[in-house]
Amino acid sequence: MEIVLVGLNFRTAPVEVREKASFSADQAQRAAEQLREKGILEETLVLSTCNRSEVYGVHATANRQSAGALCSFLSNFHSVQPDKLNPSLYHHYDHDAVRHLFRVAAGLESMLLGEAEILGQVREAYLRAHECHATGPVLNRLFQGALEIGKRVRAETELGTRPMGVASAGIKLAERIFGKLNERTALVLGAGTISEQVVSQLRDRNVGNLYLTNRSREKAEEFAKQYQGEVIEWGQWDTALKLPDVIVSAVGVQDALLTKPMIERAMAARGNRALFLMDLGLPRNIEPSAAELYNVYLYTMDDLTEIVQQNKGARRSEVPKAEFLVEEHVGKFISWQASVELIGVLDTLRGSLKQRRAAYLQEKLSGVNHFSAEDRESIGGMMDELIEKLLIAPAERLRSEKELRKKILSVEAIRELYLSDREKP
Amino acid sequence: MTQTFVLLTVLAYLLSMGLYMRYLYTGQEMTGRFATLLMFTGLATHYIALLLRAKGSHTVPYHDLQGSMSLFGWLLAVTYLCLEIYHRQRTVGAFVVPIILAFFFAAYLMPDHPDAPIPAKGVVFALHVTLSILSYAAFALSCVLSLMYLAEERLLRTRKLGEVVWRFPSLDLLERMSHTSVLVGLLTIAVGTLLGYVALNRQGASHTFDPKYLVTLVVLVLYAAYFQLARTTAWRGARASRLCVFNFILVILSFTIVNLFLSQHHRFL
Repeated sequence: MEIVLVGLNFRTAPVEVREKASFSADQAQRAAEQLREKGILEETLVLSTCNRSEVYGVHATANRQSAGALCSFLSNFHSVQPDKLNPSLYHHYDHDAVRHLFRVAAGLESMLLGEAEILGQVREAYLRAHECHATGPVLNRLFQGALEIGKRVRAETELGTRPMGVASAGIKLAERIFGKLNERTALVLGAGTISEQVVSQLRDRNVGNLYLTNRSREKAEEFAKQYQGEVIEWGQWDTALKLPDVIVSAVGVQDALLTKPMIERAMAARGNRALFLMDLGLPRNIEPSAAELYNVYLYTMDDLTEIVQQNKGARRSEVPKAEFLVEEHVGKFISWQASVELIGVLDTLRGSLKQRRAAYLQEKLSGVNHFSAEDRESIGGMMDELIEKLLIAPAERLRSEKELRKKILSVEAIRELYLSDREKP
Repeated sequence: MTQTFVLLTVLAYLLSMGLYMRYLYTGQEMTGRFATLLMFTGLATHYIALLLRAKGSHTVPYHDLQGSMSLFGWLLAVTYLCLEIYHRQRTVGAFVVPIILAFFFAAYLMPDHPDAPIPAKGVVFALHVTLSILSYAAFALSCVLSLMYLAEERLLRTRKLGEVVWRFPSLDLLERMSHTSVLVGLLTIAVGTLLGYVALNRQGASHTFDPKYLVTLVVLVLYAAYFQLARTTAWRGARASRLCVFNFILVILSFTIVNLFLSQHHRFL
């Protein structure tokens, strides 16, 4: 038995190739069915996200040839010439395949180091494959392990805690000031891409009230409809500024849109309650001197970018900790796999010995006539008992073997020494 | 026997402090729960240690400065745990438990004063002392929270976030926790002072002026002012927190210099 993985990701394949090799949910199911029908794999799971397409499988014999068959299958399935697809494909067997999946689930292989989305995608892919019975005991165990390590890395390291985008860093900072935003009011100036990212983050955090304003009212209304916000007339700053706790500005203007006196008036009107200003415009939309005002927290694009850079560094410093956890779980999985293999090898060995015993008895007792059928059966039973006794001690020793490498080598040795090629599981 | 509970208390508080610090660093919920559990354990053993010590010397725990400090530590732990449960916020534990531990250590490392004057007895008097020490504990807690607020506010304003800001509670929560703590302090100091007056009357003691009365009144007024000002336009935020820290400096002066050198009825040495 061998675990095989064939796939491509953002590191090995350009977007054009990734697009061609991606799987929809239906395609993933169809591919899994075909792989099993054609006898290429016994268990299959397709993991397809915007950054990676990977096929995990279990092959009955450990001959290290299943990856080649899988590559050919992928070329045919996606109707892509092998010479165009193969250079982008990577493949791993057994331990390396397990390690790769665990690293993927932990976010160590993600484009945005430590991102949480991948864990949900792994879970979804697993549930889908499990529902259509594409997985078996090995892949079930493997993917349950992957989900476990994914959760553990996020709980025990800071790989996924720090915000990595300017918008999310800004919103996290607002939470440092106000706590939960569900009872707070936010005003977003502008309706461009950055504004949309911020609005989306605010909505994700159930911001209490969301006001939007833009030079083009039409665009603001469209935006407001999409994100359940309320439109405020552009330019009515004295009315607009006294409402929000968070103001985000991402507008293309030459001169500052919000000046210090404007913010000062707004602060007086709101009883000096804390105000968080996110200036994401270039040139800056908010007069820098507004930061001097009491209870005003002003962050510009540069400030937030610096925070994101620091966070990237902090996340990178968590990688060794995450890798250590991944290795621990790889070890656990391999140990389980070795135990399963041990049972398989022992069963085959027992069957083989009993067959040989039967043949041996038949040969030796063929000329002996004074043994009754009962005696022959009794001799056979005694020899079976001896076989069991001879097998039980090494089996127990191997089961309780703590050193994984020794365990695997011993199982391999039994397989090599006692089983013929035909008999090897 | 007392020694066993003292050791158990130190152990529980030390472990709790370690876990609170780990919780601050990792944010692991389970670590936080264990920290709280150990804090409760420390609270229970600390109470028994206080009780055994008082029984051993046939007097009340606040009989001397040693007992008063230990009782202060215990009441600080009680106030903190109530605040933690009420606001569902554990990160402050890493800053409060060291103070509790310091008071507990200081109390038990101090030499005994067998000739110390035995304070007046009676339930009303006991309540007066306990509530007064509880108010000091609540004010100490509000001071810690205000210092945390000021540190975080400064980091946020100067945009030098580093590692710390992401682990602290939000400014809003720190402010609310400090308000709750001051409210507890205000109520207990008001009731405690009133009971002190009643106890004095019952004992038939002469009503000579004691500087402690004036200082307590000033503390009460200043904390009431903080409570009110923290909601106003001009003082909301960092200014109110600075006032809270200043007020606690006055509380320390009241607890030490005023008690030891100026007051006639509040000397515990």
